[in-house]
Amino acid sequence: MNGGAWQAIRAVAWRDILVAMRGRADVLTTVIFFAIVVSLFPLGVGADPGILQTIGPGVVWVAALLASMLALGRLFAGDFEDGTLEQLVLAGEPLAMLVLAKVTAHWLATGLPLVILSPLLGVQFGLTGDALWVMMWSLAIGTPVLSLLGAIGAALTLGVRGAGALTALLVLPLYVPVLIFGAGAVSAAAQNMQISAHLSLLGAMMFTAVALAPWAIASAVRIALE
Amino acid sequence: MLEANAISCVRGSRRLFRRLSFRVDVGTALRIRGENGAGKTSLLRIVAGLSTADEGRIAWQGRALTEYGDDYPKQLVYLGHSNALKGHLSAEENIRLGLAVQGIEVGNDQARDALNAEGLAIAAGIPVQWLSAGQRRRVALTRLVFSSARALWILDEPFNSLDSAAIERLAARIAQYLVSGGIVVYTTHQDVALDASVHTLELE
Amino acid sequence: MVPVFAVLAVVLGIAGLYVGFFVAPTDFQQGESYRIIFIHVPAAWMSMFIYMVMAFWAGVGLTFNTRLSSMMARALAPTGALMTFLALWTGALWGKPTWGTWWVWDARLTSELILLFLYIGYMSLAAAIDDVRRADKAAAVFALVGVVNVPIIYYSVQWWNTLHQGASVSLTRAPSMAQSMLLGMLLMALAFWMYSIAVSLMRVRAIIMERERASAWAQELA
Repeated sequence: MNGGAWQAIRAVAWRDILVAMRGRADVLTTVIFFAIVVSLFPLGVGADPGILQTIGPGVVWVAALLASMLALGRLFAGDFEDGTLEQLVLAGEPLAMLVLAKVTAHWLATGLPLVILSPLLGVQFGLTGDALWVMMWSLAIGTPVLSLLGAIGAALTLGVRGAGALTALLVLPLYVPVLIFGAGAVSAAAQNMQISAHLSLLGAMMFTAVALAPWAIASAVRIALE
Repeated sequence: MLEANAISCVRGSRRLFRRLSFRVDVGTALRIRGENGAGKTSLLRIVAGLSTADEGRIAWQGRALTEYGDDYPKQLVYLGHSNALKGHLSAEENIRLGLAVQGIEVGNDQARDALNAEGLAIAAGIPVQWLSAGQRRRVALTRLVFSSARALWILDEPFNSLDSAAIERLAARIAQYLVSGGIVVYTTHQDVALDASVHTLELE
Repeated sequence: MVPVFAVLAVVLGIAGLYVGFFVAPTDFQQGESYRIIFIHVPAAWMSMFIYMVMAFWAGVGLTFNTRLSSMMARALAPTGALMTFLALWTGALWGKPTWGTWWVWDARLTSELILLFLYIGYMSLAAAIDDVRRADKAAAVFALVGVVNVPIIYYSVQWWNTLHQGASVSLTRAPSMAQSMLLGMLLMALAFWMYSIAVSLMRVRAIIMERERASAWAQELA
């Protein structure tokens, strides 16, 4: 890749990070949604510590998954409406790399806060020590995969009526493996079992997603603009 | 040199235009006229390579667009209907980052000078979302100051929401660019006289 | 062509059901209820196979920009979804007497359920986009993304829970089934094949006609 491509990638990422920092309210919505969904579960299933401890990893993971999906609406829709996305396609640089830059910025603004907040919510469910660390790690590896897969759905539904619900329908089935291994790792850690298999499979998914998803996102973006 | 050879375009179940041919030489402009929904924007997007014609071919410097990869976009500037500005960012940030994505590096001072020349000195530092429609359009047009090295300008309604002084400045900029050997394809419903050789293409 | 496949589907279907319900012996463990596998297993096979074929046509349509292949992909989706639904439904019916519950979160049922969601996602996406060309392409990208994910989903779900009995028909275990059971199942599978071909061809024809009428109408307007 030449210097121009790197310059473009940096500019795309930096612009999105700036926009996210200036529009903090959007970022906060995602985080607060995450916290609220997690806090609703004890109210729904009762405060029995045994049950909470069992369902904790799954609840935190499902909530993170929903929060990250909720944030997808802002990934491309703004750029699509204000013409920035057209300029991205016309940058004359590999579009897959540019969308990867966008997804990275999006993850930093929406995924990373979830990772950082998760131990606090884990404590509500009686998770301790190792399990909290594993929860952070599994989310740190897993949420980028969610962002990448979600970006495909978000790009495919650009400009379509009812895009939000449709995106959910498209991406939630694809999220299943990430959920299984992510929540599985935390549950295993809570029961003092081996976690390396879970985490390495999650890692493998992340590498696969980083390698393949940008191409799918790029072609979806091109199709949406045509 | 930009050539269109018998291109047709269908959108949904509507045929916008059919077997359209034209040729734009260096130093000349092509103005596309037509009513709303006649396919002006669709034609510009096809010329820019954003979408493809259903039939026919477009050639740039004698080669079909489909034969170019990423190096065709590198030779053009496309200014769409929307301004491609981020409301949360200042005019200066918008210009610098927007151009950096296109591979054009611009310093702080250069961006500020260009905005001053456009009469946007006060607007340079505040978020674009607080500017008026005309001011936003002028911020977007400031990109052209740094794009004279690009061989082709594609402008969709560039004169929209500009006041008469700004229209004159833009017309002068386009004329100057054409004299220096540029090619312009644009649409407008305003009759702005360009001091250059302009051909008109009517879309029914 | 359509009537040929339709007739074959009916004949093979009747033969398959006859063999399945009257010739094949009663299973000594599960009694008569196992006979639902004559619908369940072929439907499950078809549900996965049709997805592969659909993704293949979608990929061809996307790469070579051939409209007929995109239409093939679009025409296959409803049949695939129907097969998936049938497999799930008969699975539930079978599960009740066998496991004592309508639904178990076992690996195959769960991945079949996710497959159904993928089919529904594909069809909803295609239906939500007004421009036919864009709809074809966007749905094709989704079908291809799905095809990469289906094995990952399948293995992750299996890893998550391996409660289901092993494969009913595999090359190594085939002899453990009675010949007539195998025959019935193969007949039913063939019948489902013929049905899918007939229905998809019919649907393709309808799609072609619909699109041609739209473009003829556009020609007149121009």
